[in-house]
Amino acid sequence: MFKKLSLRRRQQLWAYAFILIPLFFFLAIRIGPTLFALNVSVREWNILSPEKPFVGLANFERIWQDFQNPKSVVRRAFQNTFSYVIIGVPTQLVLALAIALMLDRITRLVSLFRAIYFIPFVTSTVAISWVWRWMYQPRFGPINLLLSFLGLPEQNFLRDPDQALLSIVAVAIWQGLGFAIIIFLAGLKQIPQMYYEAARIDGANRWQLLRRVTLPLLNPTIVYLVVLQSIRFLRMFTQVITMTRQGDGGPLNSTVTVVLHMYREGFGRYKMGSAAALMVVLFLIIMMITLAQMRLLTRRVEY
Amino acid sequence: MRKLVSLLLVVIALTSFVVACAAPTPEVIEKEVVVEKEVPVTVEVDKEVIVEKEVVRTVIVEKEVEKGVTIEYWQYFFDARVDAMNRLIQQFEAENPDIHIIHTNFPYADYRDKIAASVPAGVGPDIATLYYGWMPLWVDSGYLVPLPEDEFPPSMIESEFSPLVQAGKFDGKYWAIPTAVRTLALFWNKDLFEAAGLDPEKPPTTLDEFVEYAKKLTKLDANGDYEVMGYAVEMNGQAHHWYREILTRQFGQVPQSEDQRKIQWNASEGGYEAWEWLCKFETEYKTGTNDLFDGATQAFYQGKLALHIDGSFRLGSIAKNAPDLNFGVAPMPIGPSGELTTFGSFWTHGLTNKAASDPKRLEAAVKFLKFITTDEAMALWVDKVGELPARLEAASDPDLLADPKLGAFAQQLPYAYATFFVNESDDRQALMDAYDAVQLTGENPRAALDEAVEKVQALFDEFWATH
Repeated sequence: MFKKLSLRRRQQLWAYAFILIPLFFFLAIRIGPTLFALNVSVREWNILSPEKPFVGLANFERIWQDFQNPKSVVRRAFQNTFSYVIIGVPTQLVLALAIALMLDRITRLVSLFRAIYFIPFVTSTVAISWVWRWMYQPRFGPINLLLSFLGLPEQNFLRDPDQALLSIVAVAIWQGLGFAIIIFLAGLKQIPQMYYEAARIDGANRWQLLRRVTLPLLNPTIVYLVVLQSIRFLRMFTQVITMTRQGDGGPLNSTVTVVLHMYREGFGRYKMGSAAALMVVLFLIIMMITLAQMRLLTRRVEY
Repeated sequence: MRKLVSLLLVVIALTSFVVACAAPTPEVIEKEVVVEKEVPVTVEVDKEVIVEKEVVRTVIVEKEVEKGVTIEYWQYFFDARVDAMNRLIQQFEAENPDIHIIHTNFPYADYRDKIAASVPAGVGPDIATLYYGWMPLWVDSGYLVPLPEDEFPPSMIESEFSPLVQAGKFDGKYWAIPTAVRTLALFWNKDLFEAAGLDPEKPPTTLDEFVEYAKKLTKLDANGDYEVMGYAVEMNGQAHHWYREILTRQFGQVPQSEDQRKIQWNASEGGYEAWEWLCKFETEYKTGTNDLFDGATQAFYQGKLALHIDGSFRLGSIAKNAPDLNFGVAPMPIGPSGELTTFGSFWTHGLTNKAASDPKRLEAAVKFLKFITTDEAMALWVDKVGELPARLEAASDPDLLADPKLGAFAQQLPYAYATFFVNESDDRQALMDAYDAVQLTGENPRAALDEAVEKVQALFDEFWATH
């Protein structure tokens, strides 16, 4: 049947053939398991057991019941996850934008700086987390050595229930910074210089340039980053499991996230049904937040 | 065109499912022979005629039935255990040439995940090593099958094995049997004793002495940091066992009711006192602290911790990581009630439903299981791993009791208790959290203990509701 096709058709067919490979990847590795998890979430799915009885929404009901208990791990996990997003996303974006604006201005060693900021992003999160776990050490950790050298009181960081979450979120912000900077730089390059020139002729100062020209024209980039980084912080897992003792999201559940709790439910307690139900809940939350962000933040800017 | 693409997609999706679902047949080996043939095909490209060659692949499946039986044994990776098991397998295979054992290891941290992941994949062990505390979970899942009673009669297990092994009895049947058991004992660093002016051959024998020694052994540097720690509570290590099964009894409180339905840590003043006694090392006496980076065990290796509570399995790792450490091992110090007690635990071997799926495999697996639980296998295990023999006869060997290191562990076997766990890690987490609450947020120890009891009791209630 192929030989009857024209060259154009044949080329198209090849193109589709190549697209098929990533498509297959997404179907088999991403979308397939996601749909499968929906099935798991409505069953009592003990991973070691051959029988997986259908239980309807019982897993969801249980999560809801646990959630109403303010001391439960589920409650803490959701609270912490939102804390990670609320602290992490704005801080990271403001820092990244500030650094990107400065990098945009300099002409020498730009690529060196870009590389320095980008390296953490391409380094293994587990490796980074272990290094920071060591840096945060009480007594002999470098940060505490620095603090005591400066005559400041030593901090417990990861062992303090009030500081642990902030300590972890700081690492996540730092690690993701490079990515946000690169995206911002790309966005800044897109803004035509003539708008700035026109604004300067009209007598706009630097602040007005930023406020009236840069930020509005950067809106698509900002929306993209807010959405992407929110999802990233909503799925916090590796940093927490690596930086807390025995990966328990401690001390006293002060750093546990929804994904970590899900993992412990599924693989520690073998309750895959309940873990999958949590996944579905988190999926719905991420979807709602993303849609809300896209709707609320997107502004059409025309000059 | 669109139809073609969607058709292709469906085919790919279907094949992936079929591939994922097909269970491998272990004894039949399929050999794929690929025959490639080039077939000339004429293709018309814009009126030009090109002859292309298309490759036709033919796959011929040859089925071959292997002789004998191959079974799989899984355990977590721990140098000495892997080495000992390899030797046992070698001996076993020499005696049983028609049985082949595949020995697979995973890092300890991944072991449970790997087991869990192997089940849906339809692969996995015929005999698996598991911590005795996981048994309820594994039995409930239907993952383990009971030991055949004609091969492992309960009366034999109860008369010939250490009473600890009875923790492997569940729903009236035995589901697993160990090669070795372990107990907790007191490790002390002789050099640090000497430096503190204490007799290096006289470890503390009572809890009061333990506190007194810990204080004397602690040394601070100019900044007020620990140079030597007397004793540091490692709740995620063995300290939770020390409290749960040993200190409670020593302060006159049995930790769990006889029928294993009720957690009694806070049922009397004794239980609370035992908990407070343990909390004071960090809140009051300041004899040491447990770092997030290296635990107390590391500190003991490095000669920075003088008193340490640990299991017999630690001997092997000390020999490997700190061969020059000058230390001794003594039975657990005795408390106010005067009761002799220690915590005993064991990694045990269970038969999985994969083994049970085929009588030939089951027969081979049972044979192997019997082999690794003989006196000879246990003797090799003590030698290589430093864990105590699970059989009483082997464990009461005078040479073993006289051993300067292993002796203290073996000597405590008759009064070792193995705690019944519904879920060992959640149980431990509850005590870790209670301890953290006391140390990090200054919570009242009694209130923290009450909270831990409440959490663990909820686990037990949930478990017993379905049993």
